[in-house]
Amino acid sequence: MLSRQLTQRLVFALITLAAVTTVFPIVLVVGYIAWLGAPAISWEFLTAVPFNGMKEGGIWPAIVGTLYLTLGTGLIAVPLGVAAAVYLSEYAKDNRLTRAIRIAIINLAGIPSVVYGLFGLGLFVLFLQFGTSILAGCLTLSIMTLPVIVSTAEEALRAVPQSFRVVSISLGGTKWQTIRRVVLPQALPGILTGVILGLERAAGETAPILFTAATFFLPRLPHSVFDETMALPYHLFVISTQVPGMPIRIQYGTALVLLTFVLSMNVIATGIRSRARARRQW
Amino acid sequence: MSHSKSNAKIVVDHLSIQYDDGTESLRAISMEILPNQITVLFGPAGGGKSTLLRALNRLTDLVDGVRVTGKIYLDGEDLARPGVDVVALRRRVGIVFAQPIPLPMTIRQNVTYGLELAGLRHRGKLETALEKALRAAALWDEVHDRLDAPAVALSGGQQQRLCLARVLALEPEVVLLDEPTSGLDPISTAKVEASLQEIKRDYTVVIVPHSVQQAARIADQAAFFLQGELVEYGAGKDLFVAPKDKRTEDYVTGRFG
Amino acid sequence: MKQNRNWPELIIESLIRATGYSAILFVALILIFLLREGLPALAEVKFADLFSERWYPIEARFGLLPLIGGSLIVTLGAALLAVPFGLATAIFIAEIAPRWAREVLKPLVEILGGLPSVVLGFLGMLALAPLIRTTLNTPTGLTALTGSLLLAGMALPTLVSVAEDALDAVPKSYRDAALALGATKWQTIWRVTVPAARSGVLTAIMLGIGRAIGETMTVMMVTGNAARLPTTLNSFFLPVRTMTATIAAEMGEVANGSVHYHVLFTIGIGLFLISFVVNLAASAVVFQQRKRAERLLS
Repeated sequence: MLSRQLTQRLVFALITLAAVTTVFPIVLVVGYIAWLGAPAISWEFLTAVPFNGMKEGGIWPAIVGTLYLTLGTGLIAVPLGVAAAVYLSEYAKDNRLTRAIRIAIINLAGIPSVVYGLFGLGLFVLFLQFGTSILAGCLTLSIMTLPVIVSTAEEALRAVPQSFRVVSISLGGTKWQTIRRVVLPQALPGILTGVILGLERAAGETAPILFTAATFFLPRLPHSVFDETMALPYHLFVISTQVPGMPIRIQYGTALVLLTFVLSMNVIATGIRSRARARRQW
Repeated sequence: MSHSKSNAKIVVDHLSIQYDDGTESLRAISMEILPNQITVLFGPAGGGKSTLLRALNRLTDLVDGVRVTGKIYLDGEDLARPGVDVVALRRRVGIVFAQPIPLPMTIRQNVTYGLELAGLRHRGKLETALEKALRAAALWDEVHDRLDAPAVALSGGQQQRLCLARVLALEPEVVLLDEPTSGLDPISTAKVEASLQEIKRDYTVVIVPHSVQQAARIADQAAFFLQGELVEYGAGKDLFVAPKDKRTEDYVTGRFG
Repeated sequence: MKQNRNWPELIIESLIRATGYSAILFVALILIFLLREGLPALAEVKFADLFSERWYPIEARFGLLPLIGGSLIVTLGAALLAVPFGLATAIFIAEIAPRWAREVLKPLVEILGGLPSVVLGFLGMLALAPLIRTTLNTPTGLTALTGSLLLAGMALPTLVSVAEDALDAVPKSYRDAALALGATKWQTIWRVTVPAARSGVLTAIMLGIGRAIGETMTVMMVTGNAARLPTTLNSFFLPVRTMTATIAAEMGEVANGSVHYHVLFTIGIGLFLISFVVNLAASAVVFQQRKRAERLLS
């Protein structure tokens, strides 16, 4: 029977090994793509339109498309999500209805992304007849992003000390005045972090836009919300699986651009979170 | 039945407050609070004093599962009457809590917060009210040169006086204070008590002191609460020197506490 | 609390209330539209056929078993990898790692969570699959195992962060008490902290597995997309096809309103129900835990 100290040392070593094994591949993935993709990155690559069956030129329309989709999703999901979070944190009572809302949000968070794609197809593309369009894609992505925004925003709102609310009310403030002047501003950094992390996910998703917005080849940039669009995740998927003879360099380059886009949002969100924590007045 | 027979500012009439889980906070309290006096509500913990205080500006509304029976009259008007403007009530009856709670803003913004809630925007008027309130709370001299500093930078005693200034800026009629000096050092405590003596000239003050000694120091009128019951009520001089009820005497002399 | 008769504020409050209810509306909408396009399949295909072993839409064979089996085996593999590694990482971050290590690890795990599934699938296809083919001598590198490895990577961030939160939430007094009684750090972790965080850890595992079942792009790109029913352990080293990949791969090619189209939606309904059940179970654990905590603290 091993001594307790020896057991501990052994187990700790194993656990440390496991943790490092878990985390090391992340560095590997990012590094590998950066290494193989960097050669493809040039001003032309980022700003030019692709030609010759996507095998040459740049990926500008895909970048623009992803930007449109991400912004559009934000415009819809942020007000909706923040308002729902305000409801849950400030107005909702602890009853069956509130419980049902929370269960609904947990469920929305867990629905597979391809099922969202089907849903978007069924409701927005076909039933409402928006067709494959930026609009349909954004609406689908918004509902998918909603749970992330609602949960992080609610947590940020709840973190604001209750005493502030009591003071505001005791000075003759109404509930909404209190929320608007004290609670929301204090919760803002946390809400912002959640929004950016949610939009980061929306930017990187393929399945929801597969049937609702994305197209491989677009002669011009989209003009209206009813147009289809190219998008980085979809573009990467097609060029790596369905285009024979696609230069590897371009594939890795596209992957790198998408990765950079997504990870920079991550970095920004983390930065906002740490800065807010340091400057908090409570 | 008219309740302005005396010149009482607040009349409490058979007030009982009960929580849903059965605990009774106040049992049929009746008393009058006179204007321009410091009325002290004192007694051991759990006596219902803080609850009574919060009932006076309907902060009890914020708690779920509380039942209030009996009446409270402010200047002869029933506080629980339907159609009462609770927001306006809270501007007339302000409260300072035991812990200083500066809002996460500058000193200036803290003091003018209540006025801005009420819709006052005129910069000049806000500044005037700001100075007046800070002077009344004996804080002006210490902060007048850094009004735009964050309020959390102040010391505990200063923060508490800031909270008092915050309430005074609204020029209420009644100022409630719930153990306002419990976390403060003796110098800050003395400053707060001095402020109270000043402001009682313009306002009615109801305070839950944090010690019997403080109660004896500042009370014009005093009420002794024991486990939700109002045991004795009268002029400060009388209650602390020659209490009528034995329980009051035992508490005041420190036989229990 | 009695509100003022303050019209603008009442309107704002109603709007906010409405958005709160919207979550329920959306779940209902999703179910409704899935049913709308998927139920016709039940009329068009015999129920027994749906559970046959051949998925070959061209010949009007719509057996779902191989797809369900594919999802199961890949998820099982992912779980076998993600649970031990994820728990170990969570324990490491929460209990063992020094401060500087924690500040490095947590952001790294968060980055892992942000990696788009298509990027992982891409890398899996180009780098991992050939590696597996050469080291394990399989006919192709696009196997269930490859999928499981990548899915474990996708499930890990969720698992690690929820489990780590749960471990962090265990009151310090529990650990202090155990240590004061002479337990070693490891004994404290294994016999006191982890059991105390039991329901949070369980939730973490459920949510992680839920994420794995629902993954689409990654599995589509690396599991080979051969709709065979996995029956033996060896199936790990062979291509499979998951429910999610089937929908994503074939939806682009079906005619609107065809039987194939309806069956794909039926698979979607199946996925919705699976995630619904998993999430309902996870919520039940969360709510139970909250009740227990309230009882403890009162």
